[in-house]
Amino acid sequence: MPPSENDAPLLCVERLKVHFPLYKGVIFKRRVGAAQAVDGVSFTLRAGETLGLVGESGCGKSTTGLAVLRMTEVNDGRVVFEGRDITRLDRAGMQPIRRRMQMVYQDPYGSLNPRMPVADIIGEPLAVHGLAPGKAERRERARELLQMVGLRADMIDRYPHEFSGGQRQRIGIARAIAVHPGLLICDEPVSALDVSIQAQVVNLFEDLQERFGMAYIFIAHDLAVVRHVSDRIAVMYLGRIVEVAASADLYRQPLHPYTQALLAAIPIPDPAAEAARPRQIVAGEVPSVLRPPSGCRFHTRCPKAMPVCARIEPVLAGEGGTHAVACHLHNAVEGEAA
Amino acid sequence: MAGSMTSPLLQVRGLTVQFRTDRGFVNAVDSVSLNVDAGETLAVVGESGSGKSVTALSLLRLVPSPQGRIVAGEVIFDGQDLLTLDDRQMRAVRGNRIAMIFQEPMSSLNPTLTMGLQVAEPFSIHDGTPWAAALGKAKTLLDRVRIPDSGARLAAYPHQFSGGMRQRVMIAMALACRPRMIIADEPTTALDVTVQAQILDLLKELTQETRSALILITHDLGVVARYADRVCVMYAGRIVETGTARDIYERASHPYTRALMASIPRLDRDTATRLEPIEGYPPSLAQLPPGCAFHPRCRFAADPCGRRVPMLEKIGERHHRACFVDAAV
Repeated sequence: MPPSENDAPLLCVERLKVHFPLYKGVIFKRRVGAAQAVDGVSFTLRAGETLGLVGESGCGKSTTGLAVLRMTEVNDGRVVFEGRDITRLDRAGMQPIRRRMQMVYQDPYGSLNPRMPVADIIGEPLAVHGLAPGKAERRERARELLQMVGLRADMIDRYPHEFSGGQRQRIGIARAIAVHPGLLICDEPVSALDVSIQAQVVNLFEDLQERFGMAYIFIAHDLAVVRHVSDRIAVMYLGRIVEVAASADLYRQPLHPYTQALLAAIPIPDPAAEAARPRQIVAGEVPSVLRPPSGCRFHTRCPKAMPVCARIEPVLAGEGGTHAVACHLHNAVEGEAA
Repeated sequence: MAGSMTSPLLQVRGLTVQFRTDRGFVNAVDSVSLNVDAGETLAVVGESGSGKSVTALSLLRLVPSPQGRIVAGEVIFDGQDLLTLDDRQMRAVRGNRIAMIFQEPMSSLNPTLTMGLQVAEPFSIHDGTPWAAALGKAKTLLDRVRIPDSGARLAAYPHQFSGGMRQRVMIAMALACRPRMIIADEPTTALDVTVQAQILDLLKELTQETRSALILITHDLGVVARYADRVCVMYAGRIVETGTARDIYERASHPYTRALMASIPRLDRDTATRLEPIEGYPPSLAQLPPGCAFHPRCRFAADPCGRRVPMLEKIGERHHRACFVDAAV
């Protein structure tokens, strides 16, 4: 939902790089290289806006989310949140920032402590950030939060195993919004849920955003779900953003051949629409992030690849900042005949 | 095939599979009846606990024993009730006349044996082909599922293959003995979407070429729309609606099917419309509600729904549904 009083973005990520070092040997361990999980990713996010991050495994979408939260080492680039560069903050410096940025995880089974009753799971962040000092106060707040996410307040003394997957995901959301964050990073928040439950949780995300004005980074591989919740979508491939567009434009007018391939691969739940759709299935699989192709990383699978694509890395560019693409077909390289 | 006078390739009647759990016996599959014609693709869709995978496993009598067992029904394949066969006869059916492809190819492959050995094995077991010839056939099969450099890949081990390549090998192995029917249980759920499209296209193409029937078990309504001729929708162990793909998507009649369709976002639709979720949660099989298992979540639930279990009734040429409510339109 577009913007607020000022134009300063809530979050500004600039040329973010996250490289995981690779070692060989057990005793004489030596560094043999690095996996470029995220390699030069830039985007901005306004308050109350939802940015979807989509891509196939290994594209760096989850690592990008973790890097914004500083839950993984950032090798290069900057993360500016609420006007402050948080890239080099130490643990103590990050503490107040963490209250403003929360995370919702994919696995509603692994992300809740099985030994804690719901009251403590939701109350813990309140205690950590000193938002509700007394135990009674935290309990009261946890009851409110449970109702906010569509559970009953009297469920407060139950343990995670007493809930279904969809209910656990609601508890995870209650824990995340307990501290009034300005940004919620949701990493595959509905993909572990049954189809009939996904819509409930998607609607809950939309309701909470309307009510509290949080911004979301919504990371998922299911483009239909991402498109539904997001204002803008960034498509990632092997550590880089290849295209950013408003949700509606991305389906109507995908520019990058990878985006086109991704959309074509996703079946639409309608046999008539499916029969009428042109089918171009892209060949091959995503190459290893350890040995990414030169130039444009998609050129090895791209049906429209040109000689320049193997040599020169295309930059993300576009008109008006609303629709940007990193592809030589759309952004001519200076001094190069395509 | 639809409308032909010959009897279907597979006829399942009243199949009921029971599991022993710490909360007593549950019917994971309850009175399931379905037909599959030669050369046709039938999709079985449902959420977790709907019984779709157990149905698939029980067709080949692969239900984990002793906790699970088939307690009633007939599985008539090519005129023969598979449930009456002894173990030796059943082994001759598995892999040979009916093949199965599982979700996670890595756990279906032996990590300590080369791919060549594993792909060639069915020829030597079922046909008694000499080993050198079996390896030659294995190479031909890998070519057919378009594995590049197939000769060299025969000597490689499963971990040296990507997820998509492993699933291609599984398809190759399933096709090895030219089965009349292939059962694929969530064959692409573990794969990326561009690879999923490649694998399912390949599977569809090869089954069409060999005129094998395909039973596709999935939770993905998009995949069903793209690949299935007919569809069975399962809920809490029972088939609640079945029909041609067009019946199910354009004339869905059971409130569960209709609600499911309304709850999923579509790539080609306006994003401003709100999703219509199905309220509540799927029931536990150990504590099924009385009557129609969907009635506590059903917007149309009426008087008989909580008391009696609805049976499948014909509502169109090949369209059946199990529901008491007439006005569910």
